[in-house]
Amino acid sequence: MSAAQLDMRPGETPDVVLRGASVLDPAAGIEGQHDVVVREGRIAELASPGSAALDGAEEVDAAGLHAFPAFFDPHVHLRVPGQEHKEDIETGTRSAAAGGFCGVIAMANTEPPVSAPADIDSLREAARAAASVKVGFLATVSEGMRGEELTEMAALREAGALGFSDDGLPIRGTRLLRRALQYQRLCGGTIALHEEDPELSGSGVMHEGPVSALLGLDGIPSISESTMIARDAALAGYENARIHVQHLSAVESVEAVRAAKAAGVQITCEATPHHLCVTDEEVRSLDPSRFKMNPPLRSEADRQALIEGLRDGTIDCVATDHAPHAAQEKEVPFEEAAMGVTGLETAFAAVHTDLVLPGTIELSLFVERLGGGAEPFGVQRPSLAPGSEANVALCDLAAEWTVGEDGYESRSSNSWCAGRTLTGRVLMTIAGGQIAYRLRSFSMGVAA
Amino acid sequence: MKHLLSIAQLSQAEIEAILDRAESFAEVGRRDIKKVPTLRGRTVATLFYEASTRTSSSFELAAKRLSADLVSVKAAGSSVDKGESLKDTVATLSAYEPAVIVIRHPHAGAAQLVADWSDAAVVNAGDGKHEHPSQALLDVYTLRRQMGALEGKRIWIVGDVLHSRVARSNLIAFREMGAEITVCGPPALIPRGLEQLGCAVTHSLDDLGEADVVYALRLQRERMRESFVPSLREYATHFQIDGRRLGPRQLLMHPGPVNRGVELSAEVIDSPQSLIAEQVASGLVVRMAILYELLAAGDEGSAPASGDDASRPTPIGQPA
Repeated sequence: MSAAQLDMRPGETPDVVLRGASVLDPAAGIEGQHDVVVREGRIAELASPGSAALDGAEEVDAAGLHAFPAFFDPHVHLRVPGQEHKEDIETGTRSAAAGGFCGVIAMANTEPPVSAPADIDSLREAARAAASVKVGFLATVSEGMRGEELTEMAALREAGALGFSDDGLPIRGTRLLRRALQYQRLCGGTIALHEEDPELSGSGVMHEGPVSALLGLDGIPSISESTMIARDAALAGYENARIHVQHLSAVESVEAVRAAKAAGVQITCEATPHHLCVTDEEVRSLDPSRFKMNPPLRSEADRQALIEGLRDGTIDCVATDHAPHAAQEKEVPFEEAAMGVTGLETAFAAVHTDLVLPGTIELSLFVERLGGGAEPFGVQRPSLAPGSEANVALCDLAAEWTVGEDGYESRSSNSWCAGRTLTGRVLMTIAGGQIAYRLRSFSMGVAA
Repeated sequence: MKHLLSIAQLSQAEIEAILDRAESFAEVGRRDIKKVPTLRGRTVATLFYEASTRTSSSFELAAKRLSADLVSVKAAGSSVDKGESLKDTVATLSAYEPAVIVIRHPHAGAAQLVADWSDAAVVNAGDGKHEHPSQALLDVYTLRRQMGALEGKRIWIVGDVLHSRVARSNLIAFREMGAEITVCGPPALIPRGLEQLGCAVTHSLDDLGEADVVYALRLQRERMRESFVPSLREYATHFQIDGRRLGPRQLLMHPGPVNRGVELSAEVIDSPQSLIAEQVASGLVVRMAILYELLAAGDEGSAPASGDDASRPTPIGQPA
C-alpha cells in the first residue's frame, strides 16, 4: 500500500510548552504529569513538570488539564462538492479541530460523488487551501455510487484516494463488491462499507422495535445491517481483502464482526458516539434534527453490545459519521427529514459525560479508540511520543458547557447533543504542528 | 389542555371530562337551533394534507356549531402543491391569528411541529401512522354510551395495525379506560414489539368469541403489492369479520371507510351490533367538545370580562 496522503492548509507551527499537563497516550504507553514541549511542529520532549525551558516558545498553563494525542475521525461528511450549503472543507475541519481532531477522512457521497481522479485532485487542492486539520479523501467503489461498475480504483489511488466507500448506500451486488475486493490486491486502499440490506430497510426511518411500533414509523430491523456484515465478511475472507465496517449499530452486528475477526478476516469497524450514548427512546421526541440518522439509534441492548465491543476490541475506533444538514432539511416531519447528525464538536465530551464519568469505560480506553480510526486506512496513529508530529488535544475534563449555546463551528446545527450540558471540553487542538483551534475564552500564556 | 396532539397526553379523568362535555353538546344537537355562540369571534383553521371525509367535515361542522369562523385549507390546489413547506404554510395561516389549527398530515409528528411553530392550539387530526386522538375519543364516547364504563371489557382490534394510526390511539385510549386489548392480524401487519405496549397479540380469530367489542381496521388494497398479505381473498378467509364470526352480543366498530367484503362482510356492517353510524354521529359532538376544551374550558366560572370583549367565549347553553 502506498503511503497515506492527507492534506491541510500550510501554516505556522509555533513552539509551545503545555506546562504541567496530565498526559495520556495509552497506545504509546504514556501516562503522567509532564511539560509537553512542541518545537518545529513535533513533540520535542515530555519534560518533568515545570522543568522545560521556554526558549521563545509560548507557554500554556496546563495544570489540571489533560493532553491527549489529538483524535482521528475516519468517517465525516464535508459535503464538497455540491452541498456547500451544509458544510465545506473550511467549516468541517474547523468543526473537527474544535472537537480535538487532528485528522478526518471525508466520505465520497457528494454531488456528484467522488468517482474520478480529477475529483480527488481538486479536493486535495481545496484541503491545502482551507483545511485546518488533515483531511484524507475516499473515492467511491462504484462509478457515481450507482452500484453497477467499478471506479478506476488504481488511478484514484494514484491521485491520493485513501480508500474506497459508497457510504450512504450499501453495495447491493455481491459480484461488484467481490470485484472491488479482488482489485484491492492491485491498488490497495481499504474498502469501507455502509452495511444495510435495502430490501430489509425498505422505507424505514428508525430502529424497528417497540418505539417504532408506538410511533407508527417504519422500522429498520437490526438484521438489515448484520446480514450484510456477515455476507461481506465472508467475501473479504474468501478474497483475503481488507474491509472496514462503518457505524455499527446492533448487537447482531457486533457479533458478526467478532466472529469474522475470530475467523481471521481482515476486518475493522467503528461505532459512533450517538450509538454508544443514546437509544431509540430518544425518537419519542420525533425530533429529526437530533435523532434521525442511518443506521438508526437502536435499543439499550444494542447500545450495551456496542460498549462491550468497544471494550473488548471488536470495535476498533470511535467515528462520528458527522453528517451536517441545513435547517430546512430537518425542520420537517420526522419521516421527511434528511438522515444524519453532526458530531465532531461533541464526540469527546458526549462519550466522556455518558460513559467515562459514570465509570462505564475507562478514559484511557476511550482515548485509544479515538485514535483507532487511522491505522485501518494506512494512516499513522496520532501520538505524543517524542519525535512524533505534534497532534495534541488539550482538554479540561471538569468544564461544563451547553452544546449549541455559543453556536457551532460547523455550518449546520443538527447536533444530536444540541441543548445538552456536557462535562469535558476541548480547549485547544494542535494538528500537524499548527494551532488548529483554541477556545475563545482560553487565553494563551504570555510568551517569555 | 393547550393542544390535542396525542391521546397519550390525557388521563382517564381528562378523557371523561371531554366525553361529559360531548354529552352536553349532544343535548344541544337535539334543539331546534343547534348553534351556540361559544367561539364567536374565534377562528378555526383546518389544514388537511390527506383526503378525509369524516374527520374534516365533522371538525368543520363542529367549529360552525360553536359559531367560530372557519378557514379550510386542503393540500391539493393550495400552495402546498407548489412546494411550500409545512413551516411556511403554518406561518401563512398564522397571519389570520387562528385560535385553533386542526391538522391532518401524512407524516408522524407534523401536529407537534405545528404546535412548535404557531401560537394556536393544535389538534392532531391524524399524523401519518402515528396518532388520531379525536378518533380515539369519539370511539370511547360511542362505547361508553353503549355499554357504560370500559373497565374490564375485552376489546379486539383486528386487521392492518401496522399502517393504522387509529389502532395506535385506540389501543392507548382503551387501555387508559381500563379495557383489556387483544390485537389480531396477519404477522407482517402487526408491528414488531407491539405487545410491549400492553396488549395481547394473536394471528387467529379462533378466540374472538371472548371479545365484548370487535374493532375492525381498514385493509388498503395496495398492501398486497408489498406482500404484507398474499391476496384479498386469503386475508378475508382468515381475518374478515362476518356473521359466522361475530356473536350476537358482540359490538362491532370500524373507523371507516369500510372495504365491504374485505375486512367486514356486508351483513355485519348493516347488523344491529354495528356502531359504525353511531361513531360518525359521535364525531361531531366529540370534536365540538375538543374545540371547547381547548378554547373555552379555562374561562368557565371566571368573572365576566369587563367591557365588551367580543372574543371572549360565551358559556355553553346560551342562545346565539
